[in-house]
Amino acid sequence: MSELAEQARRAVELAVAAGAGEAEAYASEAENREVRVHDGAVESLTAATQRGLGLRVWIGGRAGYGFGVDLSAEGLAGISARALEAARVADEDEFAGPAVVDDGEPMAIGDLSDPSLGEWSPGQIADLALAVEKAALAADPRVVAVEQAVYFDSAERVALAASSAPGGEYETTSCYAYLQALADGESGRETGLGFGLARGPAGLDPAAIGREGAERAAEMIGSSKPASGSCPVVLDPTVAASFVGLLGSAAGADAVQRGRSPLAERLGDEVAAEAFVLHDDGLAPAGFATAPFDAEGTPRRRTPLIEGGRLQTFLYDSYTARRGGAVSTGNAGRSGYRSLPGVSASNLVVAPGALSLEQLLREAGEGVYISDVAGLHSGVNPVTGVFSVGASGRAVRDGERAEPLREFTIASDLVSMLRAVRAAGSAPRWVPFGGSVNAPPLLIGEMTVSGS
Amino acid sequence: MSGPEELLEPAVAERVLARALAHGGEFAEVFAERRGGLTLAIDESRIESVQSGAEAGAGVRVVSDGTTYFAHVDGLDPDELERAAGEAAAALRGKRAEPQALRAKTPTPQPIEQPPGEVPAARKAELLRELDERARSAGAEIAQVGASYGEARREVAVANSTGLFSGDDRTRVRIGAQVVARREGRVETGAETLGGHRGFELFDDEPAQIAEGAARKALTLLDAGPAPTGSMPVVVGGGFGGVLFHEMTGHGLEADHVQKGASVYAGKLGESVAQPLLTAYDDGRMPGEWGSDAIDDEGAPTQQTRVIEEGRLVSFLYDRQSAERDGVASTGNGRRESFRHLPIPRMTNTYIAPGEAEPEEIIGEVGKGFYAVSFAGGQVDPATGDFVFGVNEGYLIEDGKVTRPCRGATLVGNCLQALAAIDAVGADFWMKTGICGKGGQKVPVGTGQGHVRIAAMTVGGTEA
Repeated sequence: MSELAEQARRAVELAVAAGAGEAEAYASEAENREVRVHDGAVESLTAATQRGLGLRVWIGGRAGYGFGVDLSAEGLAGISARALEAARVADEDEFAGPAVVDDGEPMAIGDLSDPSLGEWSPGQIADLALAVEKAALAADPRVVAVEQAVYFDSAERVALAASSAPGGEYETTSCYAYLQALADGESGRETGLGFGLARGPAGLDPAAIGREGAERAAEMIGSSKPASGSCPVVLDPTVAASFVGLLGSAAGADAVQRGRSPLAERLGDEVAAEAFVLHDDGLAPAGFATAPFDAEGTPRRRTPLIEGGRLQTFLYDSYTARRGGAVSTGNAGRSGYRSLPGVSASNLVVAPGALSLEQLLREAGEGVYISDVAGLHSGVNPVTGVFSVGASGRAVRDGERAEPLREFTIASDLVSMLRAVRAAGSAPRWVPFGGSVNAPPLLIGEMTVSGS
Repeated sequence: MSGPEELLEPAVAERVLARALAHGGEFAEVFAERRGGLTLAIDESRIESVQSGAEAGAGVRVVSDGTTYFAHVDGLDPDELERAAGEAAAALRGKRAEPQALRAKTPTPQPIEQPPGEVPAARKAELLRELDERARSAGAEIAQVGASYGEARREVAVANSTGLFSGDDRTRVRIGAQVVARREGRVETGAETLGGHRGFELFDDEPAQIAEGAARKALTLLDAGPAPTGSMPVVVGGGFGGVLFHEMTGHGLEADHVQKGASVYAGKLGESVAQPLLTAYDDGRMPGEWGSDAIDDEGAPTQQTRVIEEGRLVSFLYDRQSAERDGVASTGNGRRESFRHLPIPRMTNTYIAPGEAEPEEIIGEVGKGFYAVSFAGGQVDPATGDFVFGVNEGYLIEDGKVTRPCRGATLVGNCLQALAAIDAVGADFWMKTGICGKGGQKVPVGTGQGHVRIAAMTVGGTEA
């Protein structure tokens, strides 16, 4: 057992000794590095270690949470005292309590760590970020600068201990690089985002990341507003992924049970076209949310969400499972030791279809190709699923991408949009926006476009 | 109240700075912080999600030849701080500056009358119950009520190799209410917040009004029709309407964007970018406001900076590094989310100064237009100037009158055009709280204005 796992175990014991009926500790320890480069030079280089622990305690049906970074005996006692004090403020909740997990074989999942991450020196990762910037500048003469190219990596250990479950620990590594390319045209400056993610730096392709940013910026030169109206729309994988992320929140049993989801009371209903198939896959080898167990110790698993156009299940953690008379789907998530666990999607995977992007565009005929959306956090009503978001992309004419378009909105509601999916493309991609999503491009039969 | 010496002993700070500059570098800084807070929520009339945390740590940076080397550690153990300094300095070889002896200057923090940590937690739970009851009593169509309470205290100390040694003690409280109203198949939501760089005294008079406000919004929207679509005059409400200026101008004035050519305001200093009726400020000193602090996170005193004077762009917003690059003084806008982040230029409280028009006239002069009372939030690409705002309370204006409520509207546009198209600024004025994200860092910001009219803007709705 690692020192971290022992500290988690000790926190649970301290809380139980101090009066908690049940307790659960989540501890994480991460080594992070970040390089930011600009104009051929390193702007900043960050190296950091972080370690912290969050403790959930229950006194009867009252739950409280404390967290801190001091993991000495004294520090853990302080965290325990804070958590117990918090529990005394909470009201009784008959469904509150820890996840009950049987002792058993831990989930067999692949290796979540890439040794290249630890082997690459600060100089090497700086070179990678510089290569991303250079690739963007070389890709198109209209790319005049890169606002910033960034490389980030993290090696993390997570340990979980609970009075009601066997607990466990795992290690994972992840890294990403991205850039914002700036291209100049007669009409002004355009920006383009390129990114890539992997378990280690050896898995990143700096040239491809730079090229993507350059292409996205350069293709927007000379853009105009489309005419308002209703037409077929093709979403590129990054945009499709953003919407799928919203769907993941809507499928969470917490939002459903509290009457705050557009999918509430729609279990078994037709909520999508048959072409749209969605799974929550907590075991996908390349998914960043993949782990042997979720944030409260329940094994991760693969859950069909939408198949045959019908909503198959909601996503549950232990609380919502008890409340809904269901079984946890291993969907307790948390954004770190500072935050309480709550229901969240793991990796959302949209099944790819048979058509290439070019074929999807031909199917669309006349319409709009959306390569970017903005304002998702403010333009979507999470309760109703009604949305209107800013968009940019290209016109689709005669089945091909034509002039660039910007400064318009697309509007619909999530379920209407899913029902209008005519086809999923064949080339999916992992996207880190809105969670961890693997999505292909999608052809939507009809959507409202507001421009001039 | 404790001073910065209590967080970071000057002798320790001097050792850390010397270690940071041991092998090279022109500038070094140590930023120490202790933070703690409590959050709780009420949902389905039950107090839940009670969380209490405490963290302490420090970040050390060394700047050499334009590159910043940064390391941070959890805890304030002097040996660990020195180790962080050693880590930040690991790659450095070259010319080095001699750290200056520290000279303590401690500005007065924003006054806090009733430290929230001294208020019993049960009182905070009671406050949430008041909010819950008030929202529920707004009407039979109120289906769900959620409310949250948050308090946070950040004590910071900063020392750097120019001899600066300063600190601040920051306490913030904030409550929010989210209400869902339902009528047959229709579901609508309303939200409202109240917060400040204040103690529990902020809740002395009628805090539950925000719950009533959130409920009223949700109920109003039950009668809403689809939002209009197309280009039209838009009147933006006061308070959080200021997020429009925050997004479409404020971000573009942050000097890091400007210096990289990633701002549409680059090269426009001294030029006219708006009509003469518009004057705007960033002000980190406003008493009790959500975005206020005594110093920024580099130790520079916060200040009032006029950014637009009668339509002319007169200043950008600087942190230490960007100010040095432009040969000007920092405007006290170097902010960071925590000791785990590097400071970057950020807004504090940003607002359009009150004008002369009455809100009724501003609306009365519009034939057909859109009235955006408040926003759910917004986003801008400072390099292109493209922005988008989600409207959470909007109405149609017809023949100078506010007629029916609209749902699901988004405003899109370009900063320079929209800023120049502001043709009326109201005399009414108030501030609201927001959380602003940039470069992966979230900081509290204030936004404010009176009613403002933009002559033409694209409204994206669902009306066919």
